[in-house]
Amino acid sequence: MSSRTIHVDMVARVEGEGALNVELEGDAIRHVQLNIFEPPRFFEAFLQGRHFSEVPDIVARICGICPVAYQMSAVHAFEKLFDVGIDPEVRRLRRLLYCGEWIESHALHIYLLHAPDFLGFDSALEISRTAPDVVKRGLRLKKVGDAILKTLGGRAVHPVSVCVGGFSRVPSKQALTKLLDDLHWARDAAVETVHWVAGLEFPDFDLPYTFAALKHGEEYPFNEGNIAVSGPDDDVLIPVAGFEQHFEEHQVAHSNALQCHYHGKPYFVGPLARLNINHGRLHPLAASTLAIAGLALPLTNPFHSIVARAVELLEAVVEAIDIIEGYTPPDRAAADFKVRAGECMAATEAPRGVLYHRYVVDADGLVKEAKIVPPTSQNQTRIEEDIRVLLPSVIDRDNAEVAHACERVIRCYDPCISCATHFLRLTMSRH
Amino acid sequence: MAKPRLAVFKFASCDGCQLSVLSLEEDLLILDEAVDIAYFPEASSNMQPGPYDVALVEGSISTPEHIHQIAAIREQSKVLITIGACATAGGIQALRNWADADHFTKVVYTNPEYIESLSTSTPVSEHVKVDFELWGCPIDKAQLRHVLSDLLAGVMPRLPGQSLCLECKRQGHACVLVAKGEPCLGPVTRTGCGAICPAMGKACYSCFGPADLSFPHDREQANAASLAERFTTGLMMSEDEIRRRFQLIYSYMSPFKEIGRRDEEQER
Repeated sequence: MSSRTIHVDMVARVEGEGALNVELEGDAIRHVQLNIFEPPRFFEAFLQGRHFSEVPDIVARICGICPVAYQMSAVHAFEKLFDVGIDPEVRRLRRLLYCGEWIESHALHIYLLHAPDFLGFDSALEISRTAPDVVKRGLRLKKVGDAILKTLGGRAVHPVSVCVGGFSRVPSKQALTKLLDDLHWARDAAVETVHWVAGLEFPDFDLPYTFAALKHGEEYPFNEGNIAVSGPDDDVLIPVAGFEQHFEEHQVAHSNALQCHYHGKPYFVGPLARLNINHGRLHPLAASTLAIAGLALPLTNPFHSIVARAVELLEAVVEAIDIIEGYTPPDRAAADFKVRAGECMAATEAPRGVLYHRYVVDADGLVKEAKIVPPTSQNQTRIEEDIRVLLPSVIDRDNAEVAHACERVIRCYDPCISCATHFLRLTMSRH
Repeated sequence: MAKPRLAVFKFASCDGCQLSVLSLEEDLLILDEAVDIAYFPEASSNMQPGPYDVALVEGSISTPEHIHQIAAIREQSKVLITIGACATAGGIQALRNWADADHFTKVVYTNPEYIESLSTSTPVSEHVKVDFELWGCPIDKAQLRHVLSDLLAGVMPRLPGQSLCLECKRQGHACVLVAKGEPCLGPVTRTGCGAICPAMGKACYSCFGPADLSFPHDREQANAASLAERFTTGLMMSEDEIRRRFQLIYSYMSPFKEIGRRDEEQER
């Protein structure tokens, strides 16, 4: 049988470093391994012995793109344990902070990391040489998200104001109102984004996926809800406290990230999963824009993730406008509470999907145990399975093209490898 | 004249500092006109080999392979600049330098034998010559702009190393340490963040690291021991609380390093 080996050093336009290992014997697939070589940073270990109040600023450092998600899952867990009553206005401000993160993260992925794949470019900077206005729109959308984070948290990366009980300081009405002009621009720009990405050319790649996302009674999910898992009939609802009974992490030799399975099987988290499970809770403008774009739900093609991400970008912009327009500063930035020992869990929706935290704390509020399950470790096996499905259709092409096709599948998931290590040099050998 | 060639590399880190390059917004397009962005995997699939005129390095050295990689990057780069606390000081993951790293691996992974990691997380400057260091967790975009503009103009950049208190007072915030009795690290912390914690009513936790008071005179360190003493006598903080305060993002940097270790010194 013919034998070839391909080495591509690193998959580009993802957050963090890793590799893909594909081994073929003739036309048979021997191995598909997503090889996360981003070095481990041991957060769960050095959280031990830290006071709960230090945790939001520590876990933020797991990811520079979604620090708010880490802060939110952490404070929600502690607030459940300490039975903290959160002021409704503070709760809305937290949603606003999350809107800021979704806007900056989604704009980054759509325009800078993912769009070049559909347009045949290596980077957004190359796109900007032929279509500067498109790239400028993306960069400005990102800036609008960053501005929300900066107003609420002092800066866009690792904001500083989130604490158990609320915020260390809440903004004035005037400070938030200043954001509205840009947000009104962003609303139109996000609608244009949905139409733009819906018009891209998508490979045929529909699969019967199992999707998982938070589901909340009234809201498109950020901070709260049960975990819904899509089934052939109705969604299965799992309370967050039961996460570890249904979702299990495994270690594999080829990756520094643990892989998470749902009852032993791969599943799909992130914008596509969230939209399929929660489209009924979209803001009317986001729902009608999606309808005009003409894609039928559920979306079962991972390449449509860019559309789901754009719809969520719009959702976050309109929600941010609503929150700011209805804002009255709360009397107190943070609620009082009493520390008690115990175990606590929370899950929130990071831009890339469900982010689960569990902590055990002692009576002094010191962390005894921490467990963090980021979205990318949940999607990792799903990505490997997708590549197995893809390979037979591209196997006749030359190695560089096969590698590029695999990378395109990977980027649909917007993997955040910095988060997961706890991504991508590509090696492919043909025997 | 050919445009200067810029490269961006990543070691152990959260991606937040190189994200600051992508977050330069419209300036990113200006930067793209001024330089040839030759290697930046997070932004482009087109990864060109060296040599490079300027290398921006994010992340700490934390695996055996990293040691070889950083040496190769140094050889290929005229100017090497570390961006952020991980590359400049070892980062938050340098907390493992003080712990039993084998224990750390066991806490996170069930099969520790699969994990290849050094027992320490160290700054780039411990391995190769660094031409300029950008501090911060994350770096400040204005400082990054400043440094890149200086380099393009052909001058070596210079940034202030003074205590955060000066900036905080200029902005007119009430002193978090004196007025609220909170363990603010501002007096011994390098300026650069914009005093965002005091502005948010919160004590500084030193994401910019120890102040460097050497300019314009000889190297002089911030007096962290004196501030720790103030935490003991004035705020009645326990030795463990003080240790945790100084041992966070810059646990591996003097003089924070010594505060973190002083209980062990006493035991000896």
